[in-house]
Amino acid sequence: MIPLAWYLILSAVLFCMGVAGFLIKRNLITVFMSIELMLNAVNLSFVTFAHQWHAVKGQIFVFFVMMVAAAEAAVGLAIIIAIFRTRNTLAVDRVDLMKL
Amino acid sequence: MNTPVLYLPLIALAPFAGFLVNGLLGRRLPKALVTFVALLFPLISFLIVLHAAWLVWTGALVLPIAEQNAPAWIAVGAVHVDFGAVLDQLSLVMLLVVTGVGFLIHIYSVGYMAHEEGYWRFFAYLNLFMFFMLVLVLAGNILLMFVGWEGVGLVSYLLVGFYYQRKSAADAGKKAFVVNRVGDFGFLIALFLLLQQFGTFTFSEIAAKLDANPGWTGGVLTAIALCLLLGATGKSAQLPLYVWLPDAMEGPTPVSALIHAATMVTAGVYMIARTHAVFDRSPFALGAVAVIGAATAFFAATIGLVQTDIKRVLAYSTISQLGYMFLGCGVAAYSAAIFHLVTHAFFKALLFLCAGAVIHAMADEQDMRKMGGLWKKLPVTFWTMTVAVFTISGFPPLAAFFSKDAILAAAFAHGSSGKILWFVGLVTALLTSFYMFRLWYLTFMGEPRSETPHHHPTPMPMLSVLVILAVLSFCGGWIGIGAGLGRFGAFLAPVTGARTGESSGGNLEWVLSGAAVLVALIGWYTAHRLYFRSQERAEKLAAAAPGAHSLLVHKYYVDEFYGAAIVKPLMVISTYFLEWVVDKAILGGAAWVLGGTAKFSGALLQRWQSGNIRSYAAWLAAGAAALLLFILVPWSSVLAELGIHAGVGGH
Repeated sequence: MIPLAWYLILSAVLFCMGVAGFLIKRNLITVFMSIELMLNAVNLSFVTFAHQWHAVKGQIFVFFVMMVAAAEAAVGLAIIIAIFRTRNTLAVDRVDLMKL
Repeated sequence: MNTPVLYLPLIALAPFAGFLVNGLLGRRLPKALVTFVALLFPLISFLIVLHAAWLVWTGALVLPIAEQNAPAWIAVGAVHVDFGAVLDQLSLVMLLVVTGVGFLIHIYSVGYMAHEEGYWRFFAYLNLFMFFMLVLVLAGNILLMFVGWEGVGLVSYLLVGFYYQRKSAADAGKKAFVVNRVGDFGFLIALFLLLQQFGTFTFSEIAAKLDANPGWTGGVLTAIALCLLLGATGKSAQLPLYVWLPDAMEGPTPVSALIHAATMVTAGVYMIARTHAVFDRSPFALGAVAVIGAATAFFAATIGLVQTDIKRVLAYSTISQLGYMFLGCGVAAYSAAIFHLVTHAFFKALLFLCAGAVIHAMADEQDMRKMGGLWKKLPVTFWTMTVAVFTISGFPPLAAFFSKDAILAAAFAHGSSGKILWFVGLVTALLTSFYMFRLWYLTFMGEPRSETPHHHPTPMPMLSVLVILAVLSFCGGWIGIGAGLGRFGAFLAPVTGARTGESSGGNLEWVLSGAAVLVALIGWYTAHRLYFRSQERAEKLAAAAPGAHSLLVHKYYVDEFYGAAIVKPLMVISTYFLEWVVDKAILGGAAWVLGGTAKFSGALLQRWQSGNIRSYAAWLAAGAAALLLFILVPWSSVLAELGIHAGVGGH
């Protein structure tokens, strides 16, 4: 049986990688993927605790998060495509005016 | 006894329905439908009133009827005000006048306004006026009456300024409204005093409380009566608040006939008659009513002598005739005053409507100096106008002969000061006769003094109304023949008190009537001498007394005086104190400081909004980290470690 702490450490590491990628990377797609990484890190801790306390609520919550993430991915990718079409770039730093 | 169903609230509410239909949808409705709606609802009111009058006539209905269980309006502590309507002899007479003459003028307007812009708007306002006027008349308590009172003032403003693109019309509407505010202020103070003294607004309860205290006179009752009088002088255009009425002639002529001659301006008289229980307890206030009435009658008549605008002559004549009614109220001859109100509604509406027909035919020319010789072109108008002119001048057996006579006789019988009032009234009758015949000669007699561009035939609806009103002006006075105003006086006696019938009877009455007819004849003869065929003699007379003539032409400079004494100082205070100090310096300064602070802090903080997503993300992450630190770190033990106790300052 793997101790609870290991799962949590993994989750924290994944989350920090997501935050770092989100802050450092310039490419919008990468930034987007970093966000997904953070979400999944949180999912991992949800599942961990659900397993630990034998409570199904945590797992249900994960489904909700995945659903929201899917919807977010659809909208986010659409925005990214729109930005790319108008500016021919995906560099986050170039997108600093509040218009397309 | 089984009381028949009367639908009293419906009398007032029917025109309101007409207003709603035409006011909300009129723009999109076809003209014929607008006309139909505008005529139908006042007709409903008129029919209900006729039905009630018929029931009273046959004895099936015993007046007064106070509506029971009316919906409550205000119920605070011991004060209870409801929407109750009251039908008694006084309100029944007034209702017949308002709905009857009002409906006739609606018909007339269909012809008069046919080609005007804003046809639907006009009739929506007219129906709204009927609603408010009927609320005023039917109200069982003085607060509800005040609602109608303010409402007719509002509609008067709207209709005077009907041609709002013309600056003079818009200004006249504003003037009417503002001058009326002064009177309404008095009315409001009177309302507060009534509530304080009587604890109720209901007319019958006020009268009952006064009856229970026969010794209660003067004092606060005088104050209440004088405040009510101030309100009445505003609405009924008496000295010193008459200045708005001549300017109100900027409105369409049917409006002048309905609102500024027949109905609304008589509301002051009605109100005094309605609250006469209070006035009766204050001889001083009654004296003030009589003096104001007589003074206004004379004063306005002198101005009317030299006016050249046909509608303005009639406006000053209205002010003068209202003065007669006030004089009647002031000598406690309320039923005589109401009688004159009724006949005046007939003949003054007729005069205005005839003037409207003349103006219509002259393509909107109102200057009498440019008219003349119209008797050939407008025969019906000429004959009906002739009836009206003879009526207002007080020739028997026409209506105003009886009503004016009743007021003058009551004044004569009113103690020693009454003789003076009577004499002023008599001189006014002379002036009235003179200026009315002057108008008659200038308009209809002699040769045309200008070319009318094209002759407008007068439409049928207008002519029929003229004829009906002429018949009423002719016969309307016959209900008041006999001692104590005959049937009319006997009918009103339960409301206005038995004192009204004080006719001295016998020879004196004949002498007084003879004097009145004599002065009317003198007035006619003078006008004939001065204005028949040519105006040369009149011009010579004016040149002989240039000072007096210009004083009259400039209306005693009252407008100029009010302008200099009241309007100008108000403007100066508004500009230099209210606008510059209060508005610009204090309010503007405060707003500037607030705005400046926001602007300055915004200028500092806007650097944060770089638009760079990664910087936002960094701040977000930093914030989340700070929050985590704050929650996870056991701050109290950390502080204790460092030797600091929260809340207590160290060792």
